[in-house]
Amino acid sequence: MITLNHYLLLSAILFCIGLYGALSKKNAIAILICIELMLNAVNINLVAFTKFLTPGDLTGQIFAIFVIVVAACEIAVGLAIIIAIYRDRSSVDVENLDWLKW
Amino acid sequence: MELHVIAFWLIAFVTLGSALAVVFLTNIVHSALALILTFLGIAGLYLTLNADFLAAVQVLVYAGAVSILIVFGIMLITRGDGRMADTNIFGKYKYTAAIVITAFLGVLSHYIIKTPWQMGTAALSENTMGDIAELLFSDYVIPFELAAILLTVAMVGAIVIAREVKNPK
Amino acid sequence: MIESIGIKYIWLVPLAPLLAFILITFLFKRFKLLSALTAIFSMVVSLILTLDILRVILTGHEITMNTPVEMAVPWLNMNGLYIEMGALIDPLTAGMLFVVTFISLLIMIYSVGYMHGDPGFSRFFSYLALFVFSMLGLVIANNYFQMFVFWELVGLSSYLLIGFYFYKDSAAQANKKAFITNRVADFGFMIGVIILFLYFGTFNFLELAEGISASSDLAFLTLAGILVFIGPIGKSGQFPLHVWLPDAMEGPTPVSALIHAATMVAAGVFLLARGFILFVSAPATITFIAYLGGFTAFFAATIAITQRDFKRILAFSTLSQLGYMVMAIGLGSLTAGMFHLTTHAFFKALMFLCAGSVIHALHKQDIFEMGGVFKKMKITGTTMIIGGLAIAGIPPFAGFWSKDEILLVAKTNGFTLLYVLASVTAFLTAFYMFRLIFLAFFGEKRSDYHAHESPLTMTIPLMILAVFSIFGGLIGAPFVEHGFSSYVYFGEAHHPQPDYMVMGSSTLIAAAGIFLAWLVYIKKAISAEKIANQFAPLYKFLYNKWYIDEIYQWFFNKVVLSISALLNWCDRNIVDGIAHGIAWVIRTTGAKGRYIHTGSLQTYGLVIFAAVVVIVLFLAGPVVGGVQ
Repeated sequence: MITLNHYLLLSAILFCIGLYGALSKKNAIAILICIELMLNAVNINLVAFTKFLTPGDLTGQIFAIFVIVVAACEIAVGLAIIIAIYRDRSSVDVENLDWLKW
Repeated sequence: MELHVIAFWLIAFVTLGSALAVVFLTNIVHSALALILTFLGIAGLYLTLNADFLAAVQVLVYAGAVSILIVFGIMLITRGDGRMADTNIFGKYKYTAAIVITAFLGVLSHYIIKTPWQMGTAALSENTMGDIAELLFSDYVIPFELAAILLTVAMVGAIVIAREVKNPK
Repeated sequence: MIESIGIKYIWLVPLAPLLAFILITFLFKRFKLLSALTAIFSMVVSLILTLDILRVILTGHEITMNTPVEMAVPWLNMNGLYIEMGALIDPLTAGMLFVVTFISLLIMIYSVGYMHGDPGFSRFFSYLALFVFSMLGLVIANNYFQMFVFWELVGLSSYLLIGFYFYKDSAAQANKKAFITNRVADFGFMIGVIILFLYFGTFNFLELAEGISASSDLAFLTLAGILVFIGPIGKSGQFPLHVWLPDAMEGPTPVSALIHAATMVAAGVFLLARGFILFVSAPATITFIAYLGGFTAFFAATIAITQRDFKRILAFSTLSQLGYMVMAIGLGSLTAGMFHLTTHAFFKALMFLCAGSVIHALHKQDIFEMGGVFKKMKITGTTMIIGGLAIAGIPPFAGFWSKDEILLVAKTNGFTLLYVLASVTAFLTAFYMFRLIFLAFFGEKRSDYHAHESPLTMTIPLMILAVFSIFGGLIGAPFVEHGFSSYVYFGEAHHPQPDYMVMGSSTLIAAAGIFLAWLVYIKKAISAEKIANQFAPLYKFLYNKWYIDEIYQWFFNKVVLSISALLNWCDRNIVDGIAHGIAWVIRTTGAKGRYIHTGSLQTYGLVIFAAVVVIVLFLAGPVVGGVQ
């Protein structure tokens, strides 16, 4: 029997894999990819909740759709920013991007 | 063992395996390809979760559009010096991050297992796509329209940001 | 209610000069004659209103010292603090108003001639108007707070006027000296007023008078009385805060006349009269006031006999006469003090204006460089002699009656020492005043000067004041029914009985002083130089004004500056050290701590998630409970 916990644990593991990549990778595009992983993990959660907790309505799935929309926007703008940075610095190594510091 | 249990374990294995591959492969192109596999795996999970419409969207948007975007991005910014194997290496937090995230995962898992979920008892929707359509155009019509605007804005923004500056002064 | 324009519009009395001040400062500054006329006109308005008030008081007998008319508007009203602005009208106020407005008017008319051609002509009149406004506001005040406000305004305007020639270093020094000395005294006054308020809960004179007469807390009343008295010590130039008054000569001469006769120094004596009940209720205070006044009178007179500067001699004579007034108040006779204030205002204004006239003509101030001026300036000389006779106390001139009353009070109240001291002072006064007159106006011409009589705008005020100096004293003469003493008094009206012994002796003493001056400076029977040489140390001591200025100088140089140096060191090393230390700690922490900010988002993210773990573990701990 596959319970809600299975899905939630799977989602948690996926989220943590994504998070790990986002925190440890050097390539900015890799970080973007990892963020996509995290967003997908969240979506799994939402859909799983719909099935197991509120089977009667589809709010979770609707939310998942909106998350996908936002994620699409995010990837588009994120890539644009990375390209702009690359043009300026000829590098997308996040360890070189320290403009937050004066 | 029932079929859907086998399916779940299989899909879970593929998804997590490819996700790990995304993180641990050092060639960014390989990572991107593994990412497509992950997206497909997640689409499979949606199917097991009775979300057929979402599974379709997942395949179309993620495995299709987003992956293509990422591959384009990689193409645009990766230098052609032939050393693709070093394009996706770890930074200085390889081990620190591993420790922190393991602890974080421990905390998450602990509370997932400990939480007493109140299981729903209503019948599952048979016609998900129709129900979603109805919801989107009734209760969620404003967020839906806003999402459209957001997409437009994001598209324009992406173009403006990524466009080559003609006369840098 | 008494029908009187003057009482109804009493607020206009101080406001007219204020309006003049504003108009001159902001509009008429470029038109000299218009400025002067505005100021003079405002004084005429004030004077007319004052005369109406006087008429009501003199004819109606409805307003007396014990039944004053009071009107007030609330100025500041908050929990526990009620301050009003108002007017208290009684014969004391009315008399003072008359003295101030009348003399100010004459001085302003005189100034038109005196300040002719001065680049600061308009500025001078605007300051004069401000000065008079301050003084009038002070005189009509119905509470200590209002009085203090105007008291400070008087100080400010005197500062402006003494430093009128601010480009002269000596003037700048003199006005600073006046202002700071007055501030020292005002501080005492302020504390006195505040503790009075804290004790009785009101600033109002009438309410305070009730409270004080009901109170039996002698220690408090003595303390409050002494503190309030510190104000007049500074304003009325009593020893030891008299030092500013002689230096105030740096201002234009009409200003000196104003300060010495009508405003400023009179304010101190007026305060003593207004708050009289506070001082008489504590025997220690009143005795202290009497002896301080007596000493100041004597002390200033001794200095005056050795000075060479025309205005400076007059300044010390003012100090001496103020001493008389303060002594009179201290002896318990408000009547005598205020009477002397009034007569003194006339003849001192007269003498200062004469001095101004002489200085205007000669451009010299040293009396040893004058001599024989009388031949050139008949009007000025005559009026000056009238003033001299008045201050010396020769009957029937004004000063005789008022000084006599003080002597009489001293004698009848049993203060023999003060009586003797005052008599000696009277002798000295006659001597130094006629030394001045003989040296300056008679004898040989001792230096090269071209004198001519002053214009009419200057001599007419002189003549008017001379008339008042001759006959002004008759209002309070003992044989006059319903004279000064039946209007201005404390408690019950007390008609002075003529004491021919006192009158005769004081006249003789004054005459002796004049005779001695005549012997020394006209007849030259006694050589002044010889006496000076014989008593060289004493002469030097007096000539240097008892070395009071030098003592202050020493005190400030050695004591105050040493303390300042010590405090400066403390400030720089301890206070600043603490402040700099804190700044250093913060700066160092910041300098080291800024390396935490790598600018790397991954670091931040890592820290955030590590923190999430830590917080969750902490919240889930058994101590705080946490999620089950």
